Amino acid sequence: MAYSEKVIDHYSNPRNIGTLDKSKNNVGTGLVGAPECGDVMRLQIEVDDATGTITDAKFKTFGCGSAIASSSLATEWLKGKSIDDALKIDNMDIVEELALPPVKIHCSVLAEDAIKAAINDYRTKNNLTPIEVH
Amino acid sequence: MLKLPIYLDNNATTPVDPRVLQDMLPYFTDVFGNAASRNHPFGWKAEEAVDYAREQVAQVIGASEKEIIFTSGATESNNLAIKGVYEMYAEKGNHIITLTTEHKAVLDTCKHLEKMGADITYLSVKGDGMIDLAELEAAMKPTTILVSVMFANNEIGVIQPIKEIAAIAHKHGALFHTDATQAVGKVNTDVNEFGIDLLSYTAHKMYGPKGIGALYVRRKNPRVKVTAQMDGGGHERGMRSGTLNVPGIVGFGKACELARLEMNQDAARLSKMRDRLENSLLELEESYLNGNKEHRLPHCTNISFKYVEGEGLMMGVKDIAVSSGSACTSASLEPSYVLKALGLDDELAHSSLRFGLSRFSTDEEIDFAINQTKEAVTKLREMSPLWEMFKEGIDLKSIAWAEH
Repeated sequence: MAYSEKVIDHYSNPRNIGTLDKSKNNVGTGLVGAPECGDVMRLQIEVDDATGTITDAKFKTFGCGSAIASSSLATEWLKGKSIDDALKIDNMDIVEELALPPVKIHCSVLAEDAIKAAINDYRTKNNLTPIEVH
Repeated sequence: MLKLPIYLDNNATTPVDPRVLQDMLPYFTDVFGNAASRNHPFGWKAEEAVDYAREQVAQVIGASEKEIIFTSGATESNNLAIKGVYEMYAEKGNHIITLTTEHKAVLDTCKHLEKMGADITYLSVKGDGMIDLAELEAAMKPTTILVSVMFANNEIGVIQPIKEIAAIAHKHGALFHTDATQAVGKVNTDVNEFGIDLLSYTAHKMYGPKGIGALYVRRKNPRVKVTAQMDGGGHERGMRSGTLNVPGIVGFGKACELARLEMNQDAARLSKMRDRLENSLLELEESYLNGNKEHRLPHCTNISFKYVEGEGLMMGVKDIAVSSGSACTSASLEPSYVLKALGLDDELAHSSLRFGLSRFSTDEEIDFAINQTKEAVTKLREMSPLWEMFKEGIDLKSIAWAEH
C-alpha cells in the first residue's frame, strides 16, 4: 500500500514522542485502542491551569504508519491550543491533512478518541465533569 | 553496490533462473507448436520438448514421467488431487483429514467439498507447527479416503513427518496427498521413499516460471486415479484437459533439473545464511522464532517481535521485501491463521516477519536485512506505549483495553 508523503514524514520523524509525568495534576493521559486490534495510542497533554492552554503534548503509539502519523500530528496540533479548541479537532481534519485512505480512517478516529480521553483525564483529576464522548 | 529493495520473500515466489529462461525462449517463437498436433513437425517438436521436461519434472521427486499431470500451478494441483479423489473414491467413503495450517488452496477445497457432503477433519497442530501423529491415528475412520498434509509450511517452513503420516494413512486404507509446493527442490521429496500417493508442486517457487505446476499421481502400489475437474480434449491421460503450456513446461523441467543437481549445495549455503540472519534477530529482546527449529526448510525463518505492530514494522523495513503475519491492510484485521494455529496471541501473530532466502541471496543482502530490521524494531519500540509498560513491569493483560 502506498502511503502519503505526510504519513511517511511523520512516521520517519515523529514529533513529540515521549512521556509526561502522569502523576501531575495538570497532566491528562489518554490510552485508547487494544493490542489485539493492532493499535494502541497513548496521548498526554500538559495544561497551564491559569490559562487553560495546552503547553505540551506527547505521544507513544503501537500501530501502523497511519496510526503513528495521526497521533504525531495530533500532538503538533494540540500544543498551544486551549482545551476548548482542542475538543474541536475532528478526525476528518486528520484524514484530510494526512490524506489517509478509507481503510485507515480508524487511525484518525483513534487519535480523536485519544485527545478526548486525555482531556477527560485532566478534567477528572481537576474535579471537572468529563465531556461526553460519542 | 546493493540494489534496493532486497527481495527476501522467496516463499511467495522466486525469480526465474536465467538458465531456465534461456531454455524457454525458443518455445515462444520458433518451436511454438501445439504438443497435441500429431500431423506435422511443429507439433512433434513441441511434444518432444514436453516429454523431455516431463522426465525432468518426474525425476526431482523420484517419480516416473507417466505419473506427472501438468497443471497451471499448485492451487490447481491441490484442487484436482482432493476433489478428484473425493469423486473417484466416493463409493469407498467421504472422509478426508487435513491440517488447520494448510494453504488456502487445500483448506478452501475441503470447505467446498464439505458443502457437497464430505466429512472433513481439520487437525490442529502442536505449538511448534508439527502434526500430532497420535491425533491423526485417532482421527482415521473406515470411511477415510484421503489424508492431505503439506510437506512444508509456507509461513513457518516446518516440515511434517511425511513418511509416518503416509504410513498411518495406508494402514487404514486411505490415500496420502501432500502439497509440496514449498518443499520440492529445497529438500528431498522422493515419493517412493516417503510413500506419497499424490503430490502437488509448482515451478515458480523453485526458480521456474509462474503458471505451470504438476500433480504427481502414483501409478503402482497402488494405482491412483482422480476424476478430471475440467472437461475438454482429454489431455494428460484424461485427467487435465487443456492445451499444454509448452514454454512453461520446458522451464519447469529445467528448474527441476537444476534443483535436483544443486539442491544440496543451495541448502547448505542458505541454511548458514538463514541461521546468521535468525540468530542476529533473535538477539533482540522479546523476539521469538515461530515453528519447529529442527524440522524445517533450510532457507526461511519466521520471527515475531513483541510490542511492535506488524504493519508499522513493514513500513520500517521498507528496503527489504518480506511478508508479515499481519493482514491489517484488509478491513478484517485478521492476523495469520497459521500463526494463530500455533497458539500465538494476536499481538505476536501481527508482529511477525517471514524471511525467505533464495539461490540468489548474498551475504551483503543479509547484513542489510539484519541492520534494517533491528533498527526498525528498536525505533518502533521506543515509540510503543506497550514496550514502555513492559519495561515498567506492567502486565498488559491486566489492563482493561477498549476494543474498537
